[in-house]
Amino acid sequence: MTLKSTTLGAALALFVSAGAACAEGQLNIYNWGDYTSPELIKKFEETHKVKVTVTDYDSNDTALAKVRAGGHGFDIVVPSANYIPIWIKEGLLLEARPDQMPNFKNMDERWVNVPWDPGRHYSVPWQWGVSGIGINTKVYSGDINTSAIFLDPPKELVGKINVEPEMNDVLFATIRYLGGEWCTTDKALLKQVRDKLLEAKPKWLAMDYSVTEKLPSGDYAAVYYWNGAILRARLKNPDIAFGYPKEGYPVFMDSVTILKDAKNVENAKAFMNFIMEPENAALISAFAKYANGIKGSEAFFPADMKGAPELNVPAEFEKAGQFLETCSPEVSQLYARIWTDINK
Amino acid sequence: MASAAENARRDQQGKIRARWLLSTPALLIIFIAAIGPLLVMLAYSFMAKGDYGDVKPGEFSLDGWFSVFLQRDIFDDTLTLADAHLSILWRSLRLSVITTVLTLALGFPTAYFIATRPRHTREVWVFLVTIPFWTNLLIRTFAMQQVIRNEGVLNTLLMWLGVINEPLPIMYTDWAILFGMVYVYLPLMVLPLYASLEKLDFRLVEAGYDLYAGRLAVLRRIIIPLVKPGIVAGSILVFIPSLGAYVIPRVLGGGKNLMLGNLIELQFGAGRNWPLGAALSITLMALVMVAMLFYVRNASRAGGGHG
Amino acid sequence: MARARFDIRSQPGFGTIALFTFALLYLPIVTLVVYAFNASDSLSSWGGFSLHWFAAAAQNQAVQDAAWRSLIIAASAATMATIAATMAAIATTRTPPYPGLGFKYAFINLPLMVPEIVTAVALLIVFARVKVWTGYSGLGYLILAHTAFCIPFAYLPIRARLEGMDQSLERAAADLYAPPWQVFRRVTLPLLRPGIIAGFMLAFVISLDDVVISEFVKSGGQDTLPTYMLGQLRRAVTPEINAIAAAFLALSVVLVTIFFFINRKEA
Repeated sequence: MTLKSTTLGAALALFVSAGAACAEGQLNIYNWGDYTSPELIKKFEETHKVKVTVTDYDSNDTALAKVRAGGHGFDIVVPSANYIPIWIKEGLLLEARPDQMPNFKNMDERWVNVPWDPGRHYSVPWQWGVSGIGINTKVYSGDINTSAIFLDPPKELVGKINVEPEMNDVLFATIRYLGGEWCTTDKALLKQVRDKLLEAKPKWLAMDYSVTEKLPSGDYAAVYYWNGAILRARLKNPDIAFGYPKEGYPVFMDSVTILKDAKNVENAKAFMNFIMEPENAALISAFAKYANGIKGSEAFFPADMKGAPELNVPAEFEKAGQFLETCSPEVSQLYARIWTDINK
Repeated sequence: MASAAENARRDQQGKIRARWLLSTPALLIIFIAAIGPLLVMLAYSFMAKGDYGDVKPGEFSLDGWFSVFLQRDIFDDTLTLADAHLSILWRSLRLSVITTVLTLALGFPTAYFIATRPRHTREVWVFLVTIPFWTNLLIRTFAMQQVIRNEGVLNTLLMWLGVINEPLPIMYTDWAILFGMVYVYLPLMVLPLYASLEKLDFRLVEAGYDLYAGRLAVLRRIIIPLVKPGIVAGSILVFIPSLGAYVIPRVLGGGKNLMLGNLIELQFGAGRNWPLGAALSITLMALVMVAMLFYVRNASRAGGGHG
Repeated sequence: MARARFDIRSQPGFGTIALFTFALLYLPIVTLVVYAFNASDSLSSWGGFSLHWFAAAAQNQAVQDAAWRSLIIAASAATMATIAATMAAIATTRTPPYPGLGFKYAFINLPLMVPEIVTAVALLIVFARVKVWTGYSGLGYLILAHTAFCIPFAYLPIRARLEGMDQSLERAAADLYAPPWQVFRRVTLPLLRPGIIAGFMLAFVISLDDVVISEFVKSGGQDTLPTYMLGQLRRAVTPEINAIAAAFLALSVVLVTIFFFINRKEA
């Protein structure tokens, strides 16, 4: 029986140690996929002697659902601006007071008194950007500063389009394309929105996340996607161009927040302070190619980001960009149902 | 004498009790981590949905089940069939049936080929089928992706041969899912078919030829009826996982061509409708059970001769 | 004379289809492995032979952690499943039918019949609640879930072996006044060993392969190798993933080969 009892003992020991392993010196980050700089994580691990794990999610709703279900084991989550009020209202976030941290002095004033977290009591900016059009100019050479690229696609692009699967960004672009305002409850207009999307969707190839590879490789000819990813695609294939939909395009900011039931609060706070250091913020941007909210970080940017058309909005399109506010629960519910209708 | 019988009976009962005791760990683990949760899910399908996922515990509602089949239009409140869900259900059924037929079309000749090799090489052929079978499903799906993508092996080859001028857009279509499922589940068809064919008594085939039956007639009238249990077993083994496929459509379907498994996942994530997800899961299980019943009935009619 | 040459076993075209099937089975795997040795960082072009991506994968901390975690889970789950399955197999074979026997068969084999995605979401529901109640969110949940679906796989070969064993040796030992425990240890267990090894290996491979259930049960920082790969597949795929997959593939092939030879020796 010795063999059997030793294996049993070993299994039990593993069982117990697996539970004890998540004690000190850890930090569990829950972030968007392909968004976290490995260099930043390595630097944080080395300076703070902490073991960091990063788990990916693919949409605000997925993250919210997983964390709300409980027992998730995460310390940090990075929701988008329009979801932060929901996270706060649902009592999921810790009031970590980043505004009282030493490195808060580096924060760009523009991002301090934001509507979703006035005075920054909960969150620290991670990155911000816009959703726009990415095009392979070899395939299509017409006007690209329009949502028509994916809502009324020219025939060269039919069947070669990828659209980000983020409900709010897609609905926003469609509502503005049809002349409405965000959070509208105008049913006649919303019906048009649904019908427009139902008509456009068969002309898309995918609603997926692999733009940084499949746009440059030619698998996609056009995308409605986030600017940083399109910049990364352009660096691999110079035929890629970026367009700002003149009808209206969403601006997003994802912010680092600490969860109320985090097990490693001190490490999480240290991380918040850490990323407000300009040099570290620049590491975040250097990886995913989005802007961050920290003054002076541009000085540390890699050369390929300086003056990039994806990051510098031309004056004529500046007005079309808009932060999505959080709509009322009823409106959100209505939008969610339209989205389900489209996703059949 | 009476007490001896009594003793034997008591002894017998003690043995049965010991056997129950011995099976307790297995039954308990399966109950805690498989059957119990399924029962909880059944209960969840009858609760009201929470605002951001989860359910409102204890609040009874039939909405979950209602919306599996029916939907209320957002704009004019009319009640219609839930074509969103039904079309996904239909796609799942259709793709699963086609997968089963295709794996059978490829698997039968393959199994037959293996079964008619000399004894010592047979094992090697079977081994060659088992290797992909034991390879991680995700890895095989990923491998298929590299074959069918626009710049993958298949398109490169076809363009090099001059069959096509532009790459065939296979990725992110139903075709991609179908390719993936046929590839991944093919060994599940070949192995049971081989088990049946290996036992095939070729004297019966010979008798058929002696009676001047043609090759096709022998195949249709003698071989296929004899290995029917293997055909049914293989079909079930392919059909059931195809119906519940999740990884293959997720990786090859591009988030646009959902199957039932993905629809279920969607409800527990971004869809925030757990009762509907639970009801859809139970619907899927019911479909699987129907397929199983069909199998059990066929197998018993065939005299349980399958191996 | 023509009749003598006529091969009753051959069916026209079957050999061709069979060879096509084998090509189909191996083409994707071969492609995957070949590209793992690609020096270029894109999957679209060949840049020469290199072990670069294997080195990159081996140095990737997330990959190391996930691989280690997968092995811990597979070893623990396969061990527990094999012990439970051995006990259950002894309790359900070589016996006249007794009340509840059919129920036990059905119960033990049920995890084989429920689609994985269904079990996965059911576990998500229940474990999320339990994690909140107990405050424990370690690997135990993954191990428990894996144990449950590994039991039927471990059970099958053990039961098959037991059914093929006759009881005369055990009776002889008992006749020589060996206590039941001694009989089990000295007679039953050694005879049963090949079945137990086969069951353990099956359970181990099945646990190592699982994606869906792990994906839904895992907590923060608990990626296994397959769930890590699933996350990576959604975006920029580098040949590093090919390298991981190729290494994983090699491990599976080794295990299956060992399994194949054990079975062959016993047969």
